[in-house]
Amino acid sequence: MKVQSAPNLKTDSKAKELIKLAHGSGGLLSRELIEKVIKPKFGNRILDRLEDAAVLFLSENLLAFSTDSYVVRPIFFPGGNIGKLAVCGTINDLAVVGAQPLAISCGFILEEGFSFETLNKIIDSMQKMASQTGCQIVTGDTKVVEKGGADQIFINTTGIGVVRIKSSLSIEQIQVGDELIVTGTIGDHAASVFVARQNLPMTSSLESDCAPLFGLLQPLWSLGAKIRFMRDPTRGGVAATLNEIVRGRDFGVEITESLLPIKPEVRGICELMGFDPLHLANEGKAVIVVAPESTEIVLGLLKQHPLGSDACVIGKIVEEPKGLVYLKTTLSTKRIIDLPVGDLLPRIC
Amino acid sequence: MSENEKEKIKALIYCVKSLCNRLPDKINLMEVCGTHTVAIHRAGIKQLLCQKTRLISGPGCPVCVTPNDFVDKAIWYSFQPQTIVATFGDMFKVPGSYSSLAEAQAQGGKVHLVYSPLEAVELAKNNPDKKIVFLGIGFETTAPAVAYSILSARKANLHNFMVLSGHKTVPEALEKIAAHPLLNLDGFILPGHVSCIIGRKPYEFLSGVQHLPGVISGFEPVDILESLCMLYKQIVEGRCQIETQYRRAVPENGNRAALAIMQEVFLPKDSEWRGLGIIPKSGLALREKYSDWDAEVVYPSQIPKPRQHKGCICGAIIMGLKEPEECPLFGNLCHPEHPIGPCMVSSEGTCGTHFSYQIRGRLNESSVSA
Repeated sequence: MKVQSAPNLKTDSKAKELIKLAHGSGGLLSRELIEKVIKPKFGNRILDRLEDAAVLFLSENLLAFSTDSYVVRPIFFPGGNIGKLAVCGTINDLAVVGAQPLAISCGFILEEGFSFETLNKIIDSMQKMASQTGCQIVTGDTKVVEKGGADQIFINTTGIGVVRIKSSLSIEQIQVGDELIVTGTIGDHAASVFVARQNLPMTSSLESDCAPLFGLLQPLWSLGAKIRFMRDPTRGGVAATLNEIVRGRDFGVEITESLLPIKPEVRGICELMGFDPLHLANEGKAVIVVAPESTEIVLGLLKQHPLGSDACVIGKIVEEPKGLVYLKTTLSTKRIIDLPVGDLLPRIC
Repeated sequence: MSENEKEKIKALIYCVKSLCNRLPDKINLMEVCGTHTVAIHRAGIKQLLCQKTRLISGPGCPVCVTPNDFVDKAIWYSFQPQTIVATFGDMFKVPGSYSSLAEAQAQGGKVHLVYSPLEAVELAKNNPDKKIVFLGIGFETTAPAVAYSILSARKANLHNFMVLSGHKTVPEALEKIAAHPLLNLDGFILPGHVSCIIGRKPYEFLSGVQHLPGVISGFEPVDILESLCMLYKQIVEGRCQIETQYRRAVPENGNRAALAIMQEVFLPKDSEWRGLGIIPKSGLALREKYSDWDAEVVYPSQIPKPRQHKGCICGAIIMGLKEPEECPLFGNLCHPEHPIGPCMVSSEGTCGTHFSYQIRGRLNESSVSA
């Protein structure tokens, strides 16, 4: 198992390469951190001004606005790291409401003694994800807390996007008979982070699905009202997303066990640990509710993108039982799918 | 799923339904193992059974049958200076007489969750100034690994690692349950994992002495269906044998290496089971030659008198005498976020399973039946 951890922080000769409390003081070292580490990577015309607020020109558009904080442990896991996760998470929150991400803010909370080398790697992958999606990191903040005051690094990202889809995506638009599509295999992120937790004597080739979904979802926006609703099933997994869809509604959801795309490794980990793959977090997947006449075209569009090659229908909106999600098992019996109890895996994102 | 598997499922469902109709009378079957309880609920197998069959969940959830005083001892250790309690995660939230390890940790108790007993040995190696008390919980499935960890600690001359053994053995408990007059059992679905270690033979007293049939089952829905068919067939034909459905994993005489290591380190002792009381020779204590690693010997705890939770009927539920829905606390004061009894804490506990798959979902069979 390859798990990257922060290098040994104890040697004096390396002290220069470590974050000190003064890097968050607002003084000279803060300036140095921004000029030498952050600006060279994130640098763009708006950020470079280093003003108190980024000033954006957005004309008269409908805007989407979203924020999220990231505390994942370990900070490097197969398929990603906390920085990649933070930028992808915000991009995805914007993309599933039909918005094109434009500008992202980034707040770091660093633990004293954190290495610049690791910070650089994290910032690199943040920039890579942002530029891949055509958006910029335009403002940010760095705080340093004393050793033990935080666990290595926490990141907050907030994003602004311009809504490009012509219709409104909302649970209100959902009708009985609509079909449910998931854009790929489920549970990969939670399962891979779980395996990467250092104290687990287990090896696996599994990687997190952490990825920006904008490129995958953008082609669907031309379909307008045929796309009823989208959500990225992060914490709580597909089960939580489906329960949010039906809660208090006049319809229910039926999903079919044999249709669920689940990697054998994820299935194995779930069997071993007693998890339900439907409860596991995803970081590069979307659940899409679509009018049945458009299912084929949506699947066709999704499959043209590398992130959508495993996209498939997993179920449909049904009249009964109202407000509930149920699964048709391989034995054709029925089981209610509810929200997971408690915190299955703390600090998964 | 392949066409072959689909056909097999169809055939098994047909077999279950037709044999069920041929049953002479109403029957009570017990699935002993908590993993089976979960699998039965997850696959909705009860929906396939006729009215004549009642499936009762047995005492096969190790956490659930662990009495309060064991949890109390674990909590006591967690508050001792220079001491860390190492445990599998499923013990973490289990309430003892007064609180749980999770609550103890929030109040400053030292608890470390591990996935393997060897991790606790590593913890001891890496913390030579700390005493590591590992909670040995589980049936024959877990006991060999814990025995191995004790041998590893001895080999490494590691004396800050010790085990508080709460291990229990399944056949002795089945003897008590099979003979229970109120249960009126007609057969057992026997545990797959435990049987991988002990084999088929230790259950033969069930058919021989108690005249009850049993089938050792795997955990896939098709395994359980096939096991039910085998049990029904025995009952319909008036046979009474211990059969193995889970042949791909269960050797007739068990896993010799695992049994040997278990016998090397442990010896049978009388043990208290929640709900079942003290069952002779149903627990595993460390042999005297390993007493240096026995927490009860080298680091005895001092706990107040254990007490039971008012109104909690976990004991009767573990015995199969009551269903979770008959408990006044079930789903009301006691639910997975605020468990009062251990059967609600463990994901394989009868109450937890019933709550997750039945009550919480408020499944209205009539509205969703095919």
